[in-house]
Amino acid sequence: MSGDLVVIGNGMVGQRFVDALRARDPRGRWRVTVLGEERRAAYDRVRLSAFFDGVSEDDLNLHTPHDGVRLRLGEPATAIDRDRRVVTTAVGEYPYDALVLATGSYAFVPPVPGTELPGVFVYRTLDDLTAIRAYARGRRAGAVIGGGLLGLEAANALRLLGLSTDVVEFAPRLMPVQVDQAGGAMLRRYVEELGVRTHLGVATTAIRSGPDGAVAALELSDGSTVDAELVVVAAGIRPRDELARSAGLPVGPRGGVLVDEACRSADERIWAVGECAAVDGTCHGLVAPGYATAEVVADRLVGGAATFPGADTATKLKLLGVDVASFGDAHGTTEGCLDVTFTDPATRVYAKLVLSDDAHTLLGGVLVGDASAYPTLRASVGGPLPAAPLALLAPDGGGADAGALPATAQVCSCNAVTRGDVDAAIADGCADVAALKACTRAGTSCGSCVPMLKQLLDAAGVAQSSALCEHFDVSRRELFEIVRVRGIRTFSRLVAEHGRGRGCDICKPVVASILASLGGGHVLDGEQASLQDTNDHFLANLQRDGSYSVVPRIPGGEITPEKLIVIGEVARDFQLYTKITGGQRIDLFGARVEQLPQIWRRLVDAGFESGHAYGKALRTVKSCVGETWCRYGVQDSVGLAVALELRYRGLRAPHKLKSAVSGCARECAEARSKDFGIIATENGWNLYVGGNGGFRPRHADLFATDLSTEMLITLIDRFLIYYIRTADRLQRTAGWIEALDGGLDHLRAVIVDDSLGLCADLDAAMARHVESYSDEWRDVLEDPDRLRRYTSFVNAPDVPDPSITFALERGQRVPARGDTPAEGHRRQPVALGLPEVRR
Amino acid sequence: MNPAITLDWTAICPVDRLEPDRGVAALVDGVQVALFRTADGLFAIDNRDPVSGAYVLSRGIVGSRGGVPTVASPLHKQVYDLRTGHCLDLPGVAVARHDARCRDGLVEVRLRQEG
Ligand code: SRM
Ligand SMILES: Cc1cc2nc3c(=O)[nH]c(=O)nc-3n(C[C@H](O)[C@H](O)[C@H](O)COP(=O)(O)OP(=O)(O)OC[C@H]3O[C@@H](n4cnc5c(N)ncnc54)[C@H](O)[C@@H]3O)c2cc1C
Ligand code: SF4
Ligand code: FES
Repeated sequence: MSGDLVVIGNGMVGQRFVDALRARDPRGRWRVTVLGEERRAAYDRVRLSAFFDGVSEDDLNLHTPHDGVRLRLGEPATAIDRDRRVVTTAVGEYPYDALVLATGSYAFVPPVPGTELPGVFVYRTLDDLTAIRAYARGRRAGAVIGGGLLGLEAANALRLLGLSTDVVEFAPRLMPVQVDQAGGAMLRRYVEELGVRTHLGVATTAIRSGPDGAVAALELSDGSTVDAELVVVAAGIRPRDELARSAGLPVGPRGGVLVDEACRSADERIWAVGECAAVDGTCHGLVAPGYATAEVVADRLVGGAATFPGADTATKLKLLGVDVASFGDAHGTTEGCLDVTFTDPATRVYAKLVLSDDAHTLLGGVLVGDASAYPTLRASVGGPLPAAPLALLAPDGGGADAGALPATAQVCSCNAVTRGDVDAAIADGCADVAALKACTRAGTSCGSCVPMLKQLLDAAGVAQSSALCEHFDVSRRELFEIVRVRGIRTFSRLVAEHGRGRGCDICKPVVASILASLGGGHVLDGEQASLQDTNDHFLANLQRDGSYSVVPRIPGGEITPEKLIVIGEVARDFQLYTKITGGQRIDLFGARVEQLPQIWRRLVDAGFESGHAYGKALRTVKSCVGETWCRYGVQDSVGLAVALELRYRGLRAPHKLKSAVSGCARECAEARSKDFGIIATENGWNLYVGGNGGFRPRHADLFATDLSTEMLITLIDRFLIYYIRTADRLQRTAGWIEALDGGLDHLRAVIVDDSLGLCADLDAAMARHVESYSDEWRDVLEDPDRLRRYTSFVNAPDVPDPSITFALERGQRVPARGDTPAEGHRRQPVALGLPEVRR
Repeated sequence: MNPAITLDWTAICPVDRLEPDRGVAALVDGVQVALFRTADGLFAIDNRDPVSGAYVLSRGIVGSRGGVPTVASPLHKQVYDLRTGHCLDLPGVAVARHDARCRDGLVEVRLRQEG
């Protein structure tokens, strides 16, 4: 078969179809034209909401150009003439020998008065999201009609945009399609705790406008009203079958182009894939079955006989930070089936497994709150349980082991890859996840199977590379040992003896940090200076416009009025933008390189020291006011925070270190979100370790209770040095503890019971650090050699960098945007993915 | 910024003013140039990071990738080939490169017109 092939629609499935066809038709017997209605080429609609988390359009891109494929964007098909075999657009006509419809769905808007008002949106395309973001600016109240998967994603988006959020759902529970009543109730608790109000079992009867003619409120069937200046309608989707209908093709009972199991319509030259296809009468609103249809049609067009394998409707999502998964017969509709449920109100985990009547075969399940068992469970549907039900369901039960799966188990449902496929790829030489992705496509869509791919590599005994980068074959941890044991003090010797090449922006800072942790002297001395990241090289944080910020240390957040005045004076005299940070100190922004020493001279004279905001080092030890003032406090939390901050200041580590001390269990200092956090008790201190805010928040684990101040400090000393010696590059304590063989118990054994006989060594290392500390900025100011670096231009030191210019915002200087590329361009290539590419 | 193009060498500074494997910024006929001294020799490229628009490339980390001498932008870490100015991470992105040499202990730079 060959000739002209026209594809209508360049969405997720349309794109997958073209990729699949090109892979099977390398000689290009089909000349392909793709007509796309949207102005953008195919993008990842599944991850659409990530757009509000700062993921760029580019990062969502799915389109790959192919030879012999012509893509016409912004040119929707308007008609199909089956007799003449041409597709018409506003611009021209496209003859076809085969036609593939991949038009997807549109958002269903229920017939409620007011849906046409300004401020009412749907949630389907990047254009929709861009419009929502623009409209949300300056508005306060938002609402979503629909409490399903899309509705909750939209609710989260509104929340991220700073709007109050109400969700109205006609069914008696959230996500009625995926979860059962009990799971829905658990989900509702999470959602409401985030400040999203839910209205369940009610319909929206009208959308009302305000005096300005824009939307202002929803009226509900129970007589109540909900304020809403912005409304998102997420009440379901309908297949876009309008072209097929007008061309006289039969459609399914609920719409959609009716196709057989070969995805062929009543017209043998016309095929349909993705959400617009009603395969044997049923439309599938998920991407995995859509991809399956794409593969089927691609196969058929090169003479194959593939048929639609049936749909896996399993879903796993993180909605508003809550894991929700549903797979197989989630609602237990199979005759005689048994439910095993597990509810833990304390950790707020709900899980249900649906088993066959003899309790031997897994049929489906629902997980809310913790979906770590999902990949294994989903892959086991239709087969025996990989472990006892309770072991699988209890959080951290650890019963889910991919190694136990049969070869037929589907590991990646998005791309229909089985364990057998993965094992075969490993046998063919795939040695890491990236290779498996390229080879089998597993893990390339939603990504939820990636942990399983790792487990399967492990199970196959494939050692995964821990090489730091192309210059060193060892991990940071091994490098640390090499440097320590051999007493190596320079990068050039290290790379000559244990690596190759000249280093890079990955290994150089790692080595700089190792040398600093081992007491290598000032970070800007000799060769060490060339290893430092720009922040460490100038002892200040680089900003987007090339200027720097200055953060003096304010131990424990405690500061005298005199020092506050000095900061104010310095900021005023150098016209620095001033802001209170989230770390209980003050950041001064907009300093040019050559101003840094002048600014620090004033600060050092007033008794300030470097705050190491630029370093992978101790940042702040936050404190609450504690027993000195607070009526609930039981210990002096400020005093301890100051002591800890002074003890660990300047300590270089694989990543930054943060701490906090709270004066009682009310925890006003948020100690449990820190690498090491301390909470006062009547009898002393409780120590928590491994907490994290940031990208992947984690509460710290309770490590030891009712410690004396002395014991507390000893344990923290050992904890920190052991972490510094053994963690990976850019691994915070949270990830380190999670990856530690034996976890918290191992850590206790090492630093409390001295199981490795290391404690004396760890204690001595910390003692050396405390003793050798000296303020980096004071040292720079005293040394003309180090000061020389702080010049704008080596041949024109008196000329300030002309590219740094300011505008005024709320009475302070901020970077002028004039000289930077337009917003669209700047967003584009930011290296979101780059560090990964090289890992 | 629209630089005047010179074909002459401009003396910048004594060569020992440049730390090995580290860059400095220099001003040559109004153009900000990032100047590097590495074991492979002297290199000069535009100081402007084409991705962010900030004038910061002189402050990046110098190294090698597959034998090619490189600098990584300090802002978002894209790596550039110091010899050609081509970005090794983003196809189609490049910075202008200029000529650099050492004469009698002095570093000299000559602007180049093409990228
Ligand atoms: C200034 C400040 C925001 C503010 O205006 O409040 C800030 C600013 C920056 N943060 Fe932060 N973070 C600030 C508090 C926080 C907090 C809150 C806290 O410390 O209590 C967090 C979450 C807590 C945590 O870290 O666990 C936080 C999580 C991050 C992360 C994510 C870390 C993670 O493990 O996921 C990064 C990225 C990184 O370090 O790789 C980051 C990185 C940065 C950097 C260094 C980004 C950069 O490389 O340019 C920003 C530079 C500051 C500058 O130029 O001076 N910042 N950052 C806060 C400075 C606190 C201080 O006094 O030192
Ligand atoms: C916010 C959101 C979250 C989602 N989350 C998930 C998830 O977690 N898991 C999951 O499996 N699925 C999810 N989905 C569903 C998933 O995105 C779809 O199943 C998938 O995109 C379907 O692909 P498609 O190509 O059939 O349709 P689409 O991706 O919608 O593409 C169809 C394209 O055809 C174009 N088109 C329509 N008519 C014409 C015409 N006449 N001429 C030219 N072009 C036309 C449309 O403009 C569109 O670009 C989500 C969807 C959304 C909106
Ligand atoms: S944590 Fe306790 S002592 Fe500290 S401020 Fe809060 S209530 Fe007071
Ligand atoms: S299961 Fe979604 S990518 Fe594998």
